[in-house]
Amino acid sequence: MSTHTPAPPGLFKGFAAVIRRDVLLAWKRPGDVLNPLFFFAMVSTLFPLAVGPSTEQLQLSGPGVVWVAALLATLLSLNSLFLSDFEDGSLDQLLLSPQPLPLMALGKAIAHWLITGLPLVLVSPLIAVTFQMDSAAISVMMATLAFGTVSLSLLGSVGAALTVGLHRGTALLSLLILPLSMPILIFGARTVALAASGDAVAAGVYFLAAYCMLALTLAPFATAAALRISNE
Amino acid sequence: MNDVLAMGGYGAYVWTSFGLTLGVLIICMVQGRRRHARVASDVKIRIRAMEAE
Amino acid sequence: MWKWFHKLASPPHFYALSAKMIPWFFVPGIVLIAYGSWTGLFVAPADYQQGDAFRIIYVHVPAAYLSMMAYMIMAISAGIGLIWRIKLSHAVAAAAAPLGAWFTFLALMTGSIWGRPMWGTWWEWGDPRLTSELIMLFLYFGYMALRAAIDDTGKADKASAVLALVGAVNIPIIHFSVEWWSSLHQGATIVREGGPAMPPEMLIPLLANIFGFTLVFGALLLGRVRTEVLFRERRKRWVRDVVLPAGAEA
Repeated sequence: MSTHTPAPPGLFKGFAAVIRRDVLLAWKRPGDVLNPLFFFAMVSTLFPLAVGPSTEQLQLSGPGVVWVAALLATLLSLNSLFLSDFEDGSLDQLLLSPQPLPLMALGKAIAHWLITGLPLVLVSPLIAVTFQMDSAAISVMMATLAFGTVSLSLLGSVGAALTVGLHRGTALLSLLILPLSMPILIFGARTVALAASGDAVAAGVYFLAAYCMLALTLAPFATAAALRISNE
Repeated sequence: MNDVLAMGGYGAYVWTSFGLTLGVLIICMVQGRRRHARVASDVKIRIRAMEAE
Repeated sequence: MWKWFHKLASPPHFYALSAKMIPWFFVPGIVLIAYGSWTGLFVAPADYQQGDAFRIIYVHVPAAYLSMMAYMIMAISAGIGLIWRIKLSHAVAAAAAPLGAWFTFLALMTGSIWGRPMWGTWWEWGDPRLTSELIMLFLYFGYMALRAAIDDTGKADKASAVLALVGAVNIPIIHFSVEWWSSLHQGATIVREGGPAMPPEMLIPLLANIFGFTLVFGALLLGRVRTEVLFRERRKRWVRDVVLPAGAEA
């Protein structure tokens, strides 16, 4: 009888498996999806409470507030990107698998976006409406948030890989990622503000799309390198 | 002399800037030397301790 | 030529050689700074727009230039250390970070002080360079924080190298985004250093200061790399011979 070692799953199957696993895990723990969303909503609420409910102020600050809240909510959720895998040993399995690590890293980042970024984009109109944003601004906001949160998941995965298992990793992760995410915030928030005032938004949206492409191509390699370094 | 200090009315700004710069340079130098001396003495202590065993 | 390079990368040779090199950086540097500052403060004519306040340029521009050069040195040597696994390279990156942070701080402080008489405020968010410089200070802090959080030196070297490279890719993006952002606000007056074209009486002391500060920075960097090397190699034989020369016991 011949011994037959099954061939390892193909590239796409491996990639899809990583995404499916994380999404299923999040499905079983709705808190993973809901907590960042509520955080997003609550942080957005803080500003009108602190600054005052005048319509003019809300309209001026709305784009910025929504974007900052989205950034902070994403940051909060990034810490756990590799943490549970690190703790239960699945990270070691990931590092040992025959699949290319950058592809696995990309899968983790995409899964993270599906769990936190995408819901955020879908919920954002509800918040935007409370800031008296009109529908033109809201659609631009959703586009910028879509590109932006993808970029943040990718950028964040690099930071999460560098800080996984470190003492006080969450605070350190924020410290590392925040300066790097400022261009995304600048273009995201200002483009929505331009939309609200009726100006041209193409430049901002193109920039965010370009940054997103850059992150998609480069971040997985950095994340893979960081994972190997953190776990040697 | 007073002209020099006044710097056309901007004296405080100009001299603070230059003073700050000098200060930072001095801090970097002093800090560097101190750190080096501390590392060297720590190494000496540890070598002596190891050879005393 | 490669033999010299390999020799340089060897810690004991570097340690000995750098001790001799430091004065050659430091002394000419100080002389240039003294000349540049003296000439800039007392000899160069006042700017027709800003009066004597423009003289802050003679410390602000060198500080800003060095803050960026230090980051480049940090990122490039971290990258070299990561790719070719040269430990000395990692030591250079580690040494460059605090110096870079200090110069960034200095650039921000002198920029702010210069801004007060020029714009009327201590801080002008609309100035793209000041804002980019602030973000770069955050990048330095993140780098140093990551290094401090990892106990194992080798791991810290490699992890912070990845961070430095990611930061280096992002710096042009940060500059570009802040420029675009500030250009949206038409009202921001951007200080053009010294005016559209600097006459030589103003420019020469500035160049002298830029070179001088760079040389002094080089001396400071070499000194710190020496300390790093001493610490990292503390268990080696050559360190023992350097720190406790033969015959000097008690």
